Amino acid sequence: MARYLLTRAWQSALTLLLSTIVVFFGVRALPGDPALALAGEDRSPEALEAIRRHYGLDQPLPLQFAQYVERMAQGDFGVSIRTGTPVSSMLTTALPVTVELSVLAILLATALGVGAGVLAAVRRGRPAEWVANGMALIGLSVPHFWLGLLAILYLSVATGLFPASGFVPILEDPVDNLHHIVLPAVILGTGLAAIIMRQTRSAMLDSLSSDYVRTAKAKGLRPRAVITRHALRNSLIVVVTVVGLQLGGLISGAVVTEQIFGLPGFGKMTIDAVFQRDYPVIQAVVLLTATAYIVINFFVDLLYSVIDPRIRVTGDPA
Amino acid sequence: MTTAERAGAVAAVATPVLAVRDLSVSFPTETGTVSAVDGVSLDLASGEIVGMVGESGCGKSVTAMSIAGLLPGSARISGSVRLDGTELVGTRESALRRVRGKEIAYIFQEPMTSLNPVLTVGRQIGEVLQIHERMSRRAARARAVELLTLVGIPSAAKRVDNYPHQLSGGMRQRVMIAMAVACGPKVLVADEPTTALDVTVQAGILQVLRDLRDRLGTSILIITHDLGVIADIADRVVVMYAGRVVERAPVTDLFAHPYHRYTAGLLSASPTPGRHAGTERLQEIPGLVPVLSVQPDACTFADRCPAADARCRESAPPLEVARTGGTLAATGHLAACWHPCPQPRTQPEEANR
Amino acid sequence: MTVLTVPMAETGSASITRRTRVLRRLRRNPLAVVSFVVLALAAVIALLSPWIAPYSVDQTDFARTFAPPGSPGHVLGTDDLGRDVLSRIMLGARASLQVGLLAVATSLVIGVPLGLAAGYFRAWDAVISRFTDLLLAFPFLIMAVGLAAIRGASLGNAAVAIGIAQIPGVIRVVRSDTLRLKSLDFVAAAVVDGASDLWVLARHILPNATSVILVQATVAIPAAILGEAVLSFLGLGIQPPAPSLGTMLATAQQFAARAPWAAVLPGVVIMGLALAFNVFGDALRDALDPKGDRG
Ligand SMILES: Nc1ncnc2c1ncn2[C@@H]1O[C@H](COP(=O)(O)OP(=O)(O)O)[C@@H](O)[C@H]1O
Ligand code: SF4
Ligand SMILES: [Mg+2]
Repeated sequence: MARYLLTRAWQSALTLLLSTIVVFFGVRALPGDPALALAGEDRSPEALEAIRRHYGLDQPLPLQFAQYVERMAQGDFGVSIRTGTPVSSMLTTALPVTVELSVLAILLATALGVGAGVLAAVRRGRPAEWVANGMALIGLSVPHFWLGLLAILYLSVATGLFPASGFVPILEDPVDNLHHIVLPAVILGTGLAAIIMRQTRSAMLDSLSSDYVRTAKAKGLRPRAVITRHALRNSLIVVVTVVGLQLGGLISGAVVTEQIFGLPGFGKMTIDAVFQRDYPVIQAVVLLTATAYIVINFFVDLLYSVIDPRIRVTGDPA
Repeated sequence: MTTAERAGAVAAVATPVLAVRDLSVSFPTETGTVSAVDGVSLDLASGEIVGMVGESGCGKSVTAMSIAGLLPGSARISGSVRLDGTELVGTRESALRRVRGKEIAYIFQEPMTSLNPVLTVGRQIGEVLQIHERMSRRAARARAVELLTLVGIPSAAKRVDNYPHQLSGGMRQRVMIAMAVACGPKVLVADEPTTALDVTVQAGILQVLRDLRDRLGTSILIITHDLGVIADIADRVVVMYAGRVVERAPVTDLFAHPYHRYTAGLLSASPTPGRHAGTERLQEIPGLVPVLSVQPDACTFADRCPAADARCRESAPPLEVARTGGTLAATGHLAACWHPCPQPRTQPEEANR
Repeated sequence: MTVLTVPMAETGSASITRRTRVLRRLRRNPLAVVSFVVLALAAVIALLSPWIAPYSVDQTDFARTFAPPGSPGHVLGTDDLGRDVLSRIMLGARASLQVGLLAVATSLVIGVPLGLAAGYFRAWDAVISRFTDLLLAFPFLIMAVGLAAIRGASLGNAAVAIGIAQIPGVIRVVRSDTLRLKSLDFVAAAVVDGASDLWVLARHILPNATSVILVQATVAIPAAILGEAVLSFLGLGIQPPAPSLGTMLATAQQFAARAPWAAVLPGVVIMGLALAFNVFGDALRDALDPKGDRG
């Protein structure tokens, strides 16, 4: 277990370092003078000189990189060109929205996907399986931002059941907050739910035909116990991995979902930044996404080792 | 003894714990029906160990699984399986669940994959006790330790919290046995319990099974394609070929003088009984077991049999007391062959113990 | 006697019978046939669209903006600038397919060699899996954001961003298939015969890995099509006035109050394309599955 965690930790750290290098050079590949990009409103020669000194742009590259890492680690992502506010404070307001949206979407998608996947595997060859499979295929093929658009047009606007856009912080009014975020979360979760459903189903079909499930049946267990205690527990190992790998897709999805529902999150901030060539913001967004992905997947690995004793005890992944 | 007296002696055997009569199983598949088992009958007396032998694909596992209704839903099953006189074929699932694990328990070939990798062995053994004996989780765990000791696992109190992957193959199979005997079943079905294990470990497992029979009086149906295992442990033998029972005999009789040509082939293809297989394959029977869609009115072994003639291909030989050269075989030694192997030099009565 | 089959040892002609068996299974699966027909039709329309579209895509008609579907001369109506929706959908679908193919080509060209190397040479495996981890850390939208910041938004850049993001998936399936094939007798025999690694990879492993690559491609194309729609919708993909289903949806959102129907059709077309690929991919995977009946 300790060996497994150590390996994973060092691999994650390496990936983090590599992705920081990629972003560092990506920023240098931006068109124009990086100082210009970092300067914001004030572009006088003196200001640019000050920025070059502050960011060490006149230093050798390795040193620049070291300083860069130090700044990023301290949360100093520079100042938004557009608004002049520090990027870090923009993130503090935007991130909670995205995190709430994503967490809710993952929860919904997992509940729906695992449930439908188990159902499809257990009811193999019956109408329930066909329905579940069909829904998953559609969920996989539908552009979910389009679903969001339709939901706004035909659900929010037409019926007034859900607000079409806007956001209320959870601390201000939890009920209103949920009211605003539940529809976007459902929309964002559809694709993930479809993927989880298909993986769960296929993992369940494997474990349902496994020898240990045959043993469980031979013991006289009820089908329910066979399915939950034996088949599903083993299938969850696969499901957890899938959720981890899909986080990247979820982040992408969150960006467009926020854009559609006008949620003031990370995604909206990103898109605005791209159009305004707000490089410090873009850089922060890219770096933060990569970091979040790597860190979360490290925790997924931890979770993985909790579910699967083969990893917990020996450190050999199954 | 006259023929009539012999027949009477057969009938006088105490009512068996398990009686399989005329069991047939087929599977509809994408490519056509597969007839896996055809008219199999066998008895298992209290405390008896019956060996079932035959090449791979002969229908041994399908027979075994159908006993407690464990075949997939697609299987078409006919015939009768009685446990202490109670019919099991066609019985409701809920009733069968009370039989499984409690009255009839199973051990499978692959101890590695037959145990759930994500549950401790204690949990897996305890689970049977929790459902059938309504034990608390705590009590079940304590009993699991006793059972592990019973099947010869050292420091059972520690092993009970291990996961399957932490145990060796032989240990895992002992865990399977502990799980199977947890509720003191009347019948234990062991489907190739030693095939995946190496020879020394195999001997240990067979010893555990013998002990269980001696101490608990469990009846055991042990399935194998290894005649060495049969010679080692079984009281009686049932030989299967392509879904049918082709010969049935007390173990010494079978080894002393096989009547069915298939049995003779098996015997010459395996090392001398008493010595374990696995050293070297001797004379293999040429050809392979056919997969049948319809059971023909013929001997299914005819394509591979050196003694086959037109009669063999035109009508199925019945399973009956074998007779060669006008002499009858020993009591209870049945074979389904039109031209049984020539009478051995030893007299049947002497060979029959 | 009625012998159904006699189990036989694998023969040399196994691959030929396998291909015919796969094709037969596909033909027998109605979903496979329907999705294939849909895809073939879409491909033909996409190829010919510059010639068969009823109007030029940027022919505006300010007198007739937002004509509803069924209007005379414009079967599917017109958009905010009075352009013919049917024509724009046809060319938009063409662009979607282009991006799908381009993205998948990108991911295969880079991913297949890396997957082969990772599966075949132990020493490369660790390095390549770090590379995979690195790529995974940049989801396609973030990749596209970065690429758009550096090189500007365009169809090509969108396809490349999506393609790069799909590389890890290709590496994963090719690697595991290579590992499987490497352990088979015929590969071992070739190695014993003194064949070079490159020869073994090119002659023995790659041809046998084509089926998993094919399946991967059929699931990657619809993902890329959806990705293109997202990027174009956000303005990071195909740039107006070039027609794209994603931008059509963005316009529809803008004018949702005036022409709510405009949001329906482009989405249906995107979904139809993606669905056809996904259904066909599933059927292909089933047909290739040696176990046969996994649904
Ligand atoms: N679920 C099933 N569906 C179709 N055919 C089956 C199934 N289970 C077993 N069979 C077939 O029944 C025959 C006997 O199998 P089995 O009892 O497993 O043989 P063995 O004697 O090796 O245990 C084989 O031909 C096998 O292919
Ligand atoms: S019945 Fe005929 S074919 Fe069958 S085993 Fe006997 S001799 Fe051979
Ligand atoms: Mg078997």
